[in-house]
Amino acid sequence: MKKSVILVGVGGQGAILTAKILVNGLIRKGYDVKMSEVHGMSQRGGSVSTQVHFGDKVYAPVIGLGEADIMVAFEKMEAVRYAEFLKPDGIAVINDYAMESATTAAGLAEYPEGCVEAMQGAFTCHVLDAADIAMKLGNPKCMNVVLFGAMTKVLGLEDIDWEAVIRETVPAKFVELNLRAYEAGRAAIC
Amino acid sequence: MKVLLSGNEAIARGAYEAGVRLGAAYPGTPSTEIFEQLPQYKDALYCEWAPNEKVATEVAYGASIAGLRSITAMKHVGLNVAADPMFTAAYNGVNGGFVIVTADDPSMHSSQNEQDNRYYARAAKIALVEPSDSQECKDFLREAYKISEQFDMPVLFRTTTRVSHSKSLVELGERTEVEPKPYKRDLFKNNCAPANAYRKHPKVEQMLAALAEYGNTCPLNKVEMGDGEVGVITASIAYQYAKEVFPEGTSFLKLGLTFPLPMDLIRDFASKVKTLYVIEELEGFMEQQIKAAGIDCIGKEKVSPLYELNPQRLRQMLFGTEPETKELPVKAVSRPPALCPGCPHRGFFYVMSKRRDYVIAGDIGCYTLGAVPPLGAMDTCVCMGAGFSVGAGMAKAFELMGENKKVFGVVGDSTFFHSGMTGAAEILYNKARIIPVVLDNHITGMTGHQDNPGSGYNLLGEVAAAIPIEKVLASFGFENILIVDPQDLTAMQKAVDDALASQVPAAIICRRPCLLIKRMKHEKALCAVDTAKCIGCRKCLSVGCPALNFKNKKSAIDPTLCVGCTVCAQVCPVGAIARKED
Repeated sequence: MKKSVILVGVGGQGAILTAKILVNGLIRKGYDVKMSEVHGMSQRGGSVSTQVHFGDKVYAPVIGLGEADIMVAFEKMEAVRYAEFLKPDGIAVINDYAMESATTAAGLAEYPEGCVEAMQGAFTCHVLDAADIAMKLGNPKCMNVVLFGAMTKVLGLEDIDWEAVIRETVPAKFVELNLRAYEAGRAAIC
Repeated sequence: MKVLLSGNEAIARGAYEAGVRLGAAYPGTPSTEIFEQLPQYKDALYCEWAPNEKVATEVAYGASIAGLRSITAMKHVGLNVAADPMFTAAYNGVNGGFVIVTADDPSMHSSQNEQDNRYYARAAKIALVEPSDSQECKDFLREAYKISEQFDMPVLFRTTTRVSHSKSLVELGERTEVEPKPYKRDLFKNNCAPANAYRKHPKVEQMLAALAEYGNTCPLNKVEMGDGEVGVITASIAYQYAKEVFPEGTSFLKLGLTFPLPMDLIRDFASKVKTLYVIEELEGFMEQQIKAAGIDCIGKEKVSPLYELNPQRLRQMLFGTEPETKELPVKAVSRPPALCPGCPHRGFFYVMSKRRDYVIAGDIGCYTLGAVPPLGAMDTCVCMGAGFSVGAGMAKAFELMGENKKVFGVVGDSTFFHSGMTGAAEILYNKARIIPVVLDNHITGMTGHQDNPGSGYNLLGEVAAAIPIEKVLASFGFENILIVDPQDLTAMQKAVDDALASQVPAAIICRRPCLLIKRMKHEKALCAVDTAKCIGCRKCLSVGCPALNFKNKKSAIDPTLCVGCTVCAQVCPVGAIARKED
């Protein structure tokens, strides 16, 4: 068994921390894990992707087109950008949230309409408004853990004690907030 | 106990375990985290950020000559800067073991070219060691020190972005303390004067031949024998991809010591398989040598030398397997990286963007993003330090052609100390008609906020000398140094005008610290658009701030991104944008 998760979004949205929580849980379960992230220039508001691969034995830290089992999109246009990495029967967890890019903000291009609908037309999708959920929890920055909660439900890794993993991965003062974010994310997936 | 480490974290751990006592480096993606991780071992080793890769390599090599195991690390283009000491260290040899880490960047995630630094090992005639995952990053480093000391040469330790930045499980070991080698003056060994170098070259060849022989039994090279149908010779990250792609029963010769190549081992492996592949990322470095030795193999005729590989690309190129993807009716528009909200560089580039006839020779750093639309205020970007010197050459050429173009050379503070100072000397010495501009944000920004000789702190977080850039420039002979807060657009414009009108050599220093420097307290606020006043002229959008957007024919500011720098407010012709508490 081998599974690949691709987390996509905009630099600064917290995809790397989310991937770290996931990886720490997978290690607890005894999986072989590889995670790949890109640092440097693309972090400055650019499009970013982080990949997590786990299974009995994992060699490659990255995948190519049509090889991801699950996508977690922190931003809806980024879901469209990386859609070609999903397997045809892949599953997407999509944050119904738009962020302008430097080109759209400057009026050099139009932010595309219908990103979520396009994804729903092609893949099994779970769509949630994680920004709104996070805001209601009192801190927009926990949006990433809301998405993480949703992802754990979709991934079906129910026998991992994610609460314990969150406790040991996030900074102490944010533990309670993130636990609530995790639960809210799970509850958002039917 | 197994822990999850990136390749870079594992290299830092490996240096600790291998008894390294000194490290010196200059940051550069994807190598930076190696030295960011070293301070945790400061009780066992000394480590520093040096002003550039050449200095770092010389400091580390000096420690080796004195008798300690030492390490330096840099990105692939950093080795271009450090090549000089490396080539001669190959002749002089080492005392304590000496390892140079080069982190290559296939696909150019954060780089200006895709050079394959394995050729450096061949050109310098030194050992090349390539790990393929984090465990090997740590374990191979220990072997690299043994090779360095046994064969009296520096070892080039090459990773790629995916080796450096991917994380995998690592079994940690204990540190081995290594006794310093005694130092004694040796005017032959440590002196590369021509007569000495002449006599040393034969030793270089002998050592290389001995190392090639050693490679045939070296623990870094291993055979995984399958059924004898298909064999794959591979190394580095390409090994991990090949393992995913080739079917069960495939034999692998996985090389860790990749220069010089173990030709007996390769010949023996080749004789045991019917079809032989050589799978490597970027150039056909091993394949060319294997084919030159008369061994038939399949390599770059199938596998492109362009960009990083992955299992799907490899499958497609080798076996013609098309990926199964779904086409969407919607296309994403580009999302390039941009200067952060509140970035001090924005004010300078905005002022420069208004004059499209200025020539701006740029450089490497966050401020390279001044080239991104809508600012688009940069003509060239070549390499570290080139802002001043490429600009000087352009200015000289315009002068020779009789064209009166205004040329500006732009470097950051860290780049100034890296290799901008020599360009500044060039400008004065050879009367180049160019205005040097230092964008001083008090940090090495793009690589993730490392200290430098101007920032007042060192790698260990200790207070260090903060070398004033204006004093350096003044001592060179720049008589009119304009220090300006680039966030004040009026003052910024005045500094540019004053520099252009100056009758004596002028330079501009744009000084404001990066907002992301953690130890500093930053005054953050929020700007907002008064939609009743906004006339929808989009002028504010021309500052290229990610916090700004345009909705319902009016400008809008994203409160989660804005930090209240007011650059957009200063640009607004009708005063529709203001800081909230004002």
